[in-house]
Amino acid sequence: MTAALVEVQGISRTYRMRSGLFGRPTSVHAVDGLSFSILKGETLGIVGESGSGKSTTGRMVLGLEPPDQGHVRFDGAPIAPVGTAAWRAQRARMQMIFQDPLGALDRRLPVAAQIREPLDIHDIGTKAERDARVHELLQSVDLSDSHGRRYPGALSGGQRQRIVLARALATKPDFLVCDEPVSALDVSIQAQVVNLLIDLQARLGLTMLFISHDLRVIRQISSKVAVMYLGRIVEHGDADDLFARPQHPYTQALVSASPAPGRRSTNRIVLTGDPPNPAARPSGCAFHPRCRHAIARCAVEVPQLAALDDRRQVACHLVTGPQSQTQDAA
Amino acid sequence: MAPLVSISGLKVAFDGTPVLHGIDLDIGKGEALGLVGESGSGKSVTWLAALGLLPVKAKVSGSVQLEGRELLGAPGTELDSVRGRRIAMIFQDPASALNPVLTIRRQLCESLALHRGLRGEAARVEALRLLDLVGIPDANRRLSAYPHEFSGGQVQRIMIAMALAGQPDLLIADEPTTALDATIQAQILDLLSAIRREFNMAMVLISHDLGVVAENCDRVCVMYAGRIVERAPATRLFDDPWHPYAQGLIGALPPLDGVRRKLQAIPGTVPDPRALPSGCAFAPRCMFAGDGCHAGVPPLAPLEDDRAVACLRPQRLPVELAAE
Repeated sequence: MTAALVEVQGISRTYRMRSGLFGRPTSVHAVDGLSFSILKGETLGIVGESGSGKSTTGRMVLGLEPPDQGHVRFDGAPIAPVGTAAWRAQRARMQMIFQDPLGALDRRLPVAAQIREPLDIHDIGTKAERDARVHELLQSVDLSDSHGRRYPGALSGGQRQRIVLARALATKPDFLVCDEPVSALDVSIQAQVVNLLIDLQARLGLTMLFISHDLRVIRQISSKVAVMYLGRIVEHGDADDLFARPQHPYTQALVSASPAPGRRSTNRIVLTGDPPNPAARPSGCAFHPRCRHAIARCAVEVPQLAALDDRRQVACHLVTGPQSQTQDAA
Repeated sequence: MAPLVSISGLKVAFDGTPVLHGIDLDIGKGEALGLVGESGSGKSVTWLAALGLLPVKAKVSGSVQLEGRELLGAPGTELDSVRGRRIAMIFQDPASALNPVLTIRRQLCESLALHRGLRGEAARVEALRLLDLVGIPDANRRLSAYPHEFSGGQVQRIMIAMALAGQPDLLIADEPTTALDATIQAQILDLLSAIRREFNMAMVLISHDLGVVAENCDRVCVMYAGRIVERAPATRLFDDPWHPYAQGLIGALPPLDGVRRKLQAIPGTVPDPRALPSGCAFAPRCMFAGDGCHAGVPPLAPLEDDRAVACLRPQRLPVELAAE
């Protein structure tokens, strides 16, 4: 059996927010008791709308933000406190990519020098070895040495994201967190980067946490998928199966809302009501005000994520067995 | 039937760099037309130019006619009777299109006064009706709210209400749902199609999202580097695209069901408008390109009644396959 590389146990994160200048500070539960694990070589996709807490989750997994509750374990060991030597050693093995490559790169430094930086920081190899490694990294993301001599401003969006990816791979990490890495790219360029990520993941045996709002991209790249709504996982399962047979009413609406070229869907589920607001979390199941199937119990009791079968977990009072009510109604 | 808006040979250049190379486009009354393409393809510029909304430094030539009336070069006063009144436009970022320090009522009533001459109580009643129409709950109380008190989806609804204030014949929706979450996007698209049906309003939907366009439009134009490269009925374009670029766009979209396959990425990047390749602008990225493709720009040629493609080697399915 493959061991889990990343184990997340009941992590929560609360922010204090003031509404207006003189308003009373309120607590915003960005992430609320999240648990999951990612096996070695596996990609877990986290999908959700804005405010669902997916980025906060990514940051906590990397130790960039301490969870208020719960803990994260990486390769069997807890995440070391930020700034310690142990943390540095751990961080060389886990890297991240964000949505905006231009914001992640220094505009006044040739990109090759930026790819090299992690090698300098972690003191890996001799000078000649580092040069060779930069060349190898550029090649692995389908770029040439001449691209390496350019500044970020002289590269296209897709090329910049490749540079960020090459830099993230410099220290030969085991684990990569990608937060909306292709959302800012055009469709054709997005496909290039997605293909590259999948190739690299297979070749290097990377474990990935892939965060996106785009169902299509998530399905393409992930082996397992977790759907988040207002800080909680509402459904978790194998990627193909989850999108083919969504069980949670929210997942069903998400899948149905994804427009498909070639066919006009006639029975789209259009959710009514406002988008989720983490500062005003509804009681009980956070989704109940927008749910077509909600019953009285949903407004009172928070549904727990429970196993439906050996491959699927759902947090819904109405989805309890393989023959769920919501499935029939849909 | 005479088209509502007819664009022919529309060209735009910024600082001597051409970005639009002659667009020909007709929109019928009540029709929904989709414009798809990647950033820089000229989808938005086409309509900004048509409505005289580009900065002065832009050089615009060609012809844009609204029911036979020429809009290009028309005096400002004449354009003012068209913009917002006959043709309205909504944008991707609704929040920046509203004034943050004025109430929704002030802004809606301003549109109503400008386009319909409504004042006082009449304007208020009409504003209320519009907010109801676009599905803002508790419209009466919300009229006196400020833009920041609404969510992103609601602000887009208010923008749609303002666009409807002039009872336009044509609504240009420029990436209206790109900044919104998936479930809210579905709501807004639903609203737009309901309004279109109710008022028999024509719509141009500009989007980079093929799925959005496919599901909400009758006809689609695919744009690349300042030209229309394919024009077809929506259903047929997505079942059987002819232009290699249109095929590439559809192949690059990850499927949501069925077997996972490697995405067909289009190699290379969109050309810089200052250094367009000679001949077909897509040729350097095209797997079917031959010598002729680099020699001259292929014109948008009709191949069937309702379909046209600007390609020397359109990739048409054999007849028996296409019929399936």
